[in-house]
Amino acid sequence: MGRQTPLFHLHQELGARIVDFGGWDMPVQYSSQIGEHHAVRRAAGVFDVSHMCVVDLRGERVREFLRHLLANDVARLTLPGKALYSCMLNEAGGVLDDLIAYYLTDSWFRLVVNAGTRDKDLEWIRARAPAFAVVVEERADLAMLAVQGPRARAKAAQLLGEKDAATALALDVFVGREVGPWFIARTGYTGEDGFEIMMPAEDAVTAWRGLNALGVASCGLGARDTLRLEAGMNLYGQDMDEGTHPFESALGWTVALDSPGREFVGREALVKIRAAGPARKLVGLLLEDRGVLRGHQKVRVEGVAAGEITSGTFSPTLERSIAFARVPSATALAVQVDIRGKLLGARVVKPPFVRFGRSLLT
Amino acid sequence: MSNVPADLKFTKSHEWVRTLADGSVEIGITDHAQHALGDLVFVEVPEAGRAVQAGEACAVVESVKAASDVYSPLGGEVVAGNPLLATQPEAVNTNPYGAGWLMRLMPAAGAIAAARLLTAADYQKVLEAEGG
Repeated sequence: MGRQTPLFHLHQELGARIVDFGGWDMPVQYSSQIGEHHAVRRAAGVFDVSHMCVVDLRGERVREFLRHLLANDVARLTLPGKALYSCMLNEAGGVLDDLIAYYLTDSWFRLVVNAGTRDKDLEWIRARAPAFAVVVEERADLAMLAVQGPRARAKAAQLLGEKDAATALALDVFVGREVGPWFIARTGYTGEDGFEIMMPAEDAVTAWRGLNALGVASCGLGARDTLRLEAGMNLYGQDMDEGTHPFESALGWTVALDSPGREFVGREALVKIRAAGPARKLVGLLLEDRGVLRGHQKVRVEGVAAGEITSGTFSPTLERSIAFARVPSATALAVQVDIRGKLLGARVVKPPFVRFGRSLLT
Repeated sequence: MSNVPADLKFTKSHEWVRTLADGSVEIGITDHAQHALGDLVFVEVPEAGRAVQAGEACAVVESVKAASDVYSPLGGEVVAGNPLLATQPEAVNTNPYGAGWLMRLMPAAGAIAAARLLTAADYQKVLEAEGG
């Protein structure tokens, strides 16, 4: 038995199929993974993401600490509540984790890191925080619900009183703030509008049932995976890890390499990699034939086995198979994928594949 | 609770077998199996004329989540793969014992007896033992 979130017994009651995810017993689907996927694209769905780890960092030098710790530059965060997506790197430039950092006050930032990397991340952060007199607090007391879809914000706001609802609905994209006892952020991992809501663990079951009563579908990690892949978002451990750097993981845009005077962990390695030119890149693939692209299938470029799929699935929105693949930098328009010994054609495309319910394929 | 039709034979690996009037057999996966797999999005069936051994992987059913092999319950020659599944793989979910059949096979001599297929009652016990 793995670790359980405050919603575990409710998931069971709702008939979810439970699987192990990074050491946690999590719902992979309730009734139909494809149905849950469409619910998010067309209306609203709710995911239990309480397994993710919320870390509060406090101290007068917290901004300076994060400018050292993260590859993206929190100096970009000037409005309280604004969030930043970043990688946390090791000295070799390998990705230790990807995370969201919220700027709350000049002495308080909040990080949300992945479940599977929780212990490693906390150890890494705690080892470096004292030099900046930053206090690290894991917020295991919080549950987190992601409410996603075109109708998600309006539905979630109905759980709140009139004044709090207005506050929540006024949140800009990629901004979070405390709304009553909850922390509500206009963020997500689906390519749709919505909220991620951190709340005291004891509120989670009531909030979930309330959302269900408003017509918000319970959604599992299966739909979360197909939604994020369509939205062109990486999954840590599959699309990047400690052995890969951001430039070969389609995450170059998250690296602020040239902020004057900023030396962050991994910067030296990345400067060298950039100067030499990265040998590989992460691209999107669209399967031209029938079949399903899956992680670890080999990719052939001009007849030579040269790359590998990192994440692949059937896209319920496109009704085609899509994937991310790590391939040589020179790879242009088309590749072949070895699926059980058959070579099938795939087109190289720039993710995202789907955004706000619509196909972005041309 | 899974649907287990009394007129079919079964395997422990969750295939079903129906004997047709001409001596050939129709093969598919059970209601339990389709439910466990979830929404199917791609099905690969064998081509007519292919010789298969008992226990040989001869079809692939893929859900959003994963690909799974389907094993032939008995040896013989493939008469047909179900052409419907190229465009409607979900037929295996909605009608596993009917429109969602995977292949028809002409069994080799003695192959049916050698396969030691399970009756519906025996298969039901397999499911109960698995907690299904």
